[in-house]
Amino acid sequence: MSIVPAPVARQPWGMLFPLLILIGFGALVLYSAAGGSWEPYAASHLVRFGVFLVMAIVMTLFSANLVKFATYPVYVLTLLLLVLVEAMGQINGGSQRWLNLGFMQLQPSELMKPAIVLVLARFYSDLPVGMISSWRALVPAGVLIGIPVALVLVQPDLGTSLAILFGGGVVMFLAGLPMRWFAILGAAGAVLTPLAFFFALQPYQQRRVTTLLDPASDPLGAGYHITQSKIAIGSGGLTGKGFNEGSQSHLQYLPEPHTDFVFATMAEEWGFIGGLVVIVCFALILRWGLLVARRSKDRFGKLVAAGMVATIFFYVAVNLLMVMGFAPVVGIPLPFMSHGGSSMLTNMICIGSLMMVNRWNSRQGSSGLTH
Amino acid sequence: MKLGKSKRDHVSSTTLDQAFSRRSFVIGGAMGGIGVLLAGRMAFIAIAENEKYELESESNRVNLSLIAPRRGWILDRNGAPLASNKADFRVDVIPDQLIDTRATLAALGKILDLDATAMADITKRVDEAASFQPVEIATGLDYEDFAAVSVRLPDLPGVIPQRSFSRYYPTGPSVGHLLGYVGPANAEEYEEEGNPLLITPGFKIGKDALEQQFEMDLRGVPGARRVEVTASGRIVKELETREDVQGEPVHLTIDGPLQDYAARRIGLESGSAAVMDCRTGDILCMSSMPSFDPNSFSAGIGSVEYAMLREDERVPLRNKVLKGLYPPASTVKPMVSMALLRAGVDPEERVQCSGGLRVGNRVFRCWKRGGHGAVDMAMGVYQSCDVYFYAMAQRIGMDPIALMARRCGMGQEFDLPVISQFYGTVPDPAWKLKKYEREWQPYDTVNATIGQGYMLANPLQLAVMSARLATGRHVEPRLNRKTPVKGFDMVDFSDEHVRYVRQSMSDVVNGPGTAGRARLPIEDVLMAGKTGTAQVVGLSNSDGRTGPWKYRDHGLFIFFAPFDNPRYAGAVVIEHGGGSGSAYPIARDIMTFMFDPEKGMEALSALEAQWGGTAQQRLIGKYTAYAAAAGETVTPAPTRSEEIFDQVEAEARIASRQSEQIAESVVVPRPEADPRSAPRVPQASPATAIPTPESTPVAAPTQTPST
Repeated sequence: MSIVPAPVARQPWGMLFPLLILIGFGALVLYSAAGGSWEPYAASHLVRFGVFLVMAIVMTLFSANLVKFATYPVYVLTLLLLVLVEAMGQINGGSQRWLNLGFMQLQPSELMKPAIVLVLARFYSDLPVGMISSWRALVPAGVLIGIPVALVLVQPDLGTSLAILFGGGVVMFLAGLPMRWFAILGAAGAVLTPLAFFFALQPYQQRRVTTLLDPASDPLGAGYHITQSKIAIGSGGLTGKGFNEGSQSHLQYLPEPHTDFVFATMAEEWGFIGGLVVIVCFALILRWGLLVARRSKDRFGKLVAAGMVATIFFYVAVNLLMVMGFAPVVGIPLPFMSHGGSSMLTNMICIGSLMMVNRWNSRQGSSGLTH
Repeated sequence: MKLGKSKRDHVSSTTLDQAFSRRSFVIGGAMGGIGVLLAGRMAFIAIAENEKYELESESNRVNLSLIAPRRGWILDRNGAPLASNKADFRVDVIPDQLIDTRATLAALGKILDLDATAMADITKRVDEAASFQPVEIATGLDYEDFAAVSVRLPDLPGVIPQRSFSRYYPTGPSVGHLLGYVGPANAEEYEEEGNPLLITPGFKIGKDALEQQFEMDLRGVPGARRVEVTASGRIVKELETREDVQGEPVHLTIDGPLQDYAARRIGLESGSAAVMDCRTGDILCMSSMPSFDPNSFSAGIGSVEYAMLREDERVPLRNKVLKGLYPPASTVKPMVSMALLRAGVDPEERVQCSGGLRVGNRVFRCWKRGGHGAVDMAMGVYQSCDVYFYAMAQRIGMDPIALMARRCGMGQEFDLPVISQFYGTVPDPAWKLKKYEREWQPYDTVNATIGQGYMLANPLQLAVMSARLATGRHVEPRLNRKTPVKGFDMVDFSDEHVRYVRQSMSDVVNGPGTAGRARLPIEDVLMAGKTGTAQVVGLSNSDGRTGPWKYRDHGLFIFFAPFDNPRYAGAVVIEHGGGSGSAYPIARDIMTFMFDPEKGMEALSALEAQWGGTAQQRLIGKYTAYAAAAGETVTPAPTRSEEIFDQVEAEARIASRQSEQIAESVVVPRPEADPRSAPRVPQASPATAIPTPESTPVAAPTQTPST
């Protein structure tokens, strides 16, 4: 018998440890970003994590049937919230992305990221196996993805609509849609991307892309963010300038040091070592998530878990590529470290879903061949 | 391949699971790949390029700003400041950093209570300035104004209030032409030098005359302030400050009080006076009036004031000592006499003057229509008999006279630290042929011997001529105390000739000469001199004494004293003064001031009472009147507060003389100097000590009265 009680030992510590490290580390960075203070970022960061962890544990208890049953209503509800936000924006005369819930500002577009994964997983798990290479596997899924993407795009929020597309796309890919469709899509994308750049993007979005290619072209304008972020990371060196010693963040050269550029804030003070810790933690969490997906015997569970992993990964990858000057500045925070309720909610929903699928897996394992 | 094909035809749940396994593996691999890419990218930025980014981070964090160095003082021969610095507060704006230029300037105008004229000037300067170049809004502010601007700074980006020093010229217009003035560097000056100091707020460079000439000595080394700043430019903390090093003082040969006296004595006339020390060549004064007040240029000259100076037909912007060229007229006669003596003319030989002399087919008149009768050389000088010189000059020809004129300094450029000097003309046959391609005519010689025709000289050349004639040595003028004394080993003329010319020039003043009223009111000092009246237009236009100002004759006078052992030599030129009568009383008073300041000052005070104040007071008055006529409101120039500068004022000489007189007699100690009585706070009087000013020059000025 282990001295650790069974309910504790049962928890997926391989994921929880790196997660707790990220949350704690994030709190320290936010403490520094506030100029050496728990308020206003670090304390609420920890409180929100606490609340959403409880939420994730509660999610763990949901059965597969319950989740499947709730999938379409949740998707529709989220769509309605998106429409509501858009309508409120029209009334207030300006673009609005969030609803004020009092304790936090909720972005319905954030909720759509896990929702799209759930709804597509449900759709493909219900789809008769033989239809996977027919138009009936593609068109409904396209509609399910297209409506929220369109709604988020008009907000306009390019980053989030790309995240929804990515999450949905990964689920479709893993659902087993014919490979040639993706090849055609890739080819079409290569053709359409330049067209989209010139005709679909807003001028401010175009500028972000052009500055990415040459930040020096506009050092005080759109290139400023990327330049300052690279200076912060680069000046950190191997071990950083020391806790609370980051001049780039403390003297406000770094834009958004507590949200989108939290990684740069961290890297300036903790250096390459700190950055490596963060990247390894994310790698461990995502690897665990993918293992959960692969271990699942249930098609729904597989697709949900993999889709959630993809959603978290999209956040992490785009954010880190952005702060290191590989991606344009799109407002995407770093999961578990950036200050912000909505992204914490989304990512904890993803974590909760993964823990839920993980529990389904262990139930299957213990009950043997009962399904 | 077979499996793949069959999969497309027959899809089962198992094949989908296999596809998931395969594809999730691919996705996991892609994720890992991106993770490795990110880690590599970070290693590249943070480790390989660390040095570069660390530098950039530092240059973000730390802002280095220069502190304008205090300018070196310009001191007179006794160490009293002719130009010093006054601590005050100033406000600049940097056009680059202004968000709403008009609104910011309007706000500043309101806070500082600037009038419409000043606002118009400032707006113009801001519009014309290069965007990075600080533009002066106001200087000489008191602390209240400074504080009022400082508290509003958050709403006024681009506005820089600071403590600073402004240039201060205690005797104002008296030194305007001599010293020049200072002002912010303009865009071309910055381009040329490329020194960031030039665009440091509050920094000024010399713009004219000695201020410009000695710029590199006076400039000093800027201080620097390293501060930590936020992205928005707010200063978080000061890291370190390096003090500025004040510029080197420049020690001139100028005698401050004399410079002031001469300038003031010229009074309402337009003219100049130069005085030299015959024993060293030191230029004691180079006063040119009317002038401008360099103090008002230093604070950024107003357009109204500038317009007033430019429109004045008496050209107050020109230094007449160096850049005024006049026919020397009869003042050349002692020099021509010297030429005649050297050519072997017997001074006792007489020429009959009957009021004119026929040369060729023209009759050249003597100024005395009735004629002088039999005239020898001495009489030719003291009575300024033209006929004597017409006759004698024709005998020896022009070349020896021209040679002598050049030897005496005419037509010469002196080795002086000045921006420019006009050196005039000494005509001779070769010159005329080259310039006009015409032969030299006898009447050219006649004209030249009385200093008319082509002959032109500036007042400093006349002063040098006077000094060389008086001493017989090749006196070289010098302006900087560091310049070695030169020329005294070169004997130009024999003692016998020198004595003869000295005596004849003394007779001009002290004998039966043309300038009896120039006699010094001092018993034992006899001044020698020579009058000159230069005709500027033809006789048909004016009689030289009345009529339009600019048609009147120039009045000239060269002099030295004491005549038998020359100590000082000089020249006074009054433009359109109506004849030499306008010049020699000024020379007399200047020399009186040198030997007896009290008597000199008495004469000046009486005159200034008639004229309506000192030159500085009159200039302010004139500006007020001019501006009122132009329909503008005017703030009068601030009255001076630092009495320490009184030293270079003419009155200071009397005070210093008093102590000197006591010094040569038995001094009865006063009670406060008795060591047994209670100590008293010493009263710093300008004559005995200089209170330490806020910015002490490297060499503290000490009072050594010159005698």
